[in-house]
Amino acid sequence: MNTCSPDAGNVALRIDGLRKSYGKVQALDGVSFDIRRGEFFGLLGPNGAGKSTLINIIASLVRADQGSIGVLGHDTVRDWRSARRLIGVVPQELVFDPFFKVLDMLRIQAGYYGCGREAWPWIDELLSRLDLADKRNSPMRALSGGMKRRVLIAQALVHRPPVVILDEPTAGVDVELRRTLWTFMNELHAKGTTVVLTTHYLEEAQDLCERIAIIDKGRVRVIETTPQLLNRHPFRFLRLKLANSGQLPEALRPLVAGEKDGSIELRLERDKHPISGVFAALRAAGLDLEDVHTREPDLEDIFIELTHDHSRPAANGGAR
Amino acid sequence: MNREKQPTLPLADAELARFSDRVGFFTLTQKEIKRFWSVLGQTVTAPVITSLLYLLVFAQAMKGRAPVYPGVDYTAFLVPGLVMMTVIQNAFANSSSSLTQSKIMGNLVFLLMAPLGAWEWFAAYVAAALVRAALVAVVMLAVALLFVPLPLHAPLALLGMFLLSGASLAVLGLIAGIVANKFDHLAAFTNFLITPLSFLSGVFYSVHALPPFWYAASHFNPFFYMIDGFRYGFFGQADVPIWLSLLWAASCLAVLSVICLWMLMTGYKLRR
Repeated sequence: MNTCSPDAGNVALRIDGLRKSYGKVQALDGVSFDIRRGEFFGLLGPNGAGKSTLINIIASLVRADQGSIGVLGHDTVRDWRSARRLIGVVPQELVFDPFFKVLDMLRIQAGYYGCGREAWPWIDELLSRLDLADKRNSPMRALSGGMKRRVLIAQALVHRPPVVILDEPTAGVDVELRRTLWTFMNELHAKGTTVVLTTHYLEEAQDLCERIAIIDKGRVRVIETTPQLLNRHPFRFLRLKLANSGQLPEALRPLVAGEKDGSIELRLERDKHPISGVFAALRAAGLDLEDVHTREPDLEDIFIELTHDHSRPAANGGAR
Repeated sequence: MNREKQPTLPLADAELARFSDRVGFFTLTQKEIKRFWSVLGQTVTAPVITSLLYLLVFAQAMKGRAPVYPGVDYTAFLVPGLVMMTVIQNAFANSSSSLTQSKIMGNLVFLLMAPLGAWEWFAAYVAAALVRAALVAVVMLAVALLFVPLPLHAPLALLGMFLLSGASLAVLGLIAGIVANKFDHLAAFTNFLITPLSFLSGVFYSVHALPPFWYAASHFNPFFYMIDGFRYGFFGQADVPIWLSLLWAASCLAVLSVICLWMLMTGYKLRR
């Protein structure tokens, strides 16, 4: 699947024919797509889909067996130095250097990217924006998990990269950090930074991302704008609570998507299953309704539909 | 959020040029120095004390024995060898432990993702290891000079031997750090390579005093040349000519550097 646009000047990340295998496991099987400049892009997929392999190849941590990656036109292998300067990656794992304090760590990271003292005011701003100002002189080892995550985010941004990749940045962090992070990311995005996000919190992706790619088994299953993706499958959900006990009519049974707290959720295809038809079938079976509720499909439904993964990803929004 | 927005202009090449590659090298060197400096008790004080204890014990035990070289007291003979042994062990320990620890802790990703080339990694780790080795050597010599007077016959040879030997071991440490997946692997390098070779290198004796087999075997031990050449710098006397010691140390550095740079350039055991 190649969705590369011919407009190379407008491309932040060009992923072309990427393949990577670990022994017999094909982690990436010919992945090609473009991420546009200034886009807030979501990269979703179940565990083991190949997202982290893809990000690790972009970040130069893993070498691809085949294919190439361009960051704002700079090839990550041939022109690696420029390509690496243009991206900031927040790794998934909570990694830190126990020998240093927060401020040291950020100045060191800026130095790796060739930034000297001129980066210090920006580092101060990062500390302030990520609520780390009072921890600037704390040793890394003394920080909580959430604080370490904030430092990782600051580290990825110290050299002001035009492309930022966040690999599950909100996994296991509190609501406050999530809010802080997304507010800050939205500001950077508004100023033109390209943001690539992987997350298991699909509500986050739905709210933040302009375009989403769903990867499964090392292949891109779909890549569309978020509204296109949400309208991709013409179905909606109808939750019913029956007033009296009785068997659901035969015709409606294949439509049952789930049962919870005495309610039945039906998945209705808009064209084939009009709601009036459901009501008519219930009436014909002598069943009365106590409560009824409709719901449009969200990203989680689309995700499950596309990946056929029954181990649903963590949902952030609680009960529907 | 899904709003239309104008993408930013392409980053001009001039923007990229503003970054300085040298800053990356100096930052990594500084970071590696700060790393060992933050645990100075472990990285400098402890090896100095251990070596001074060797000096104390061996100087007492061998007191009254015939001098190894004419006109050179045994305690004086011992000092350069012990200093070089400490240099060897600490240069190796600095780069190997730093890299292995970063691999195990996972924070090596910061370096792997950064725009730092193989030469910058190489030079920064070697420079930091040499700073630690120099610090240990200077402290040891300063303390030893309080008790034993030492001549200085060939300062340039001394400096050359220190730099070539320290750098060789720093590079070997880098190789060990790249190869090691856990501290056990690193301990194997230290216990089965560095320690035996440094103890069998003529620190405590002249190889001329050895039986023929061990005498011949010593001449295949690069640490022997490193120590012998360093000793020449002080006394102007050694078991082998100074040029041979310099040649061995330089060859070691060259061979190890080629292997290490190949590993760094190809990402061997660093980038999967």
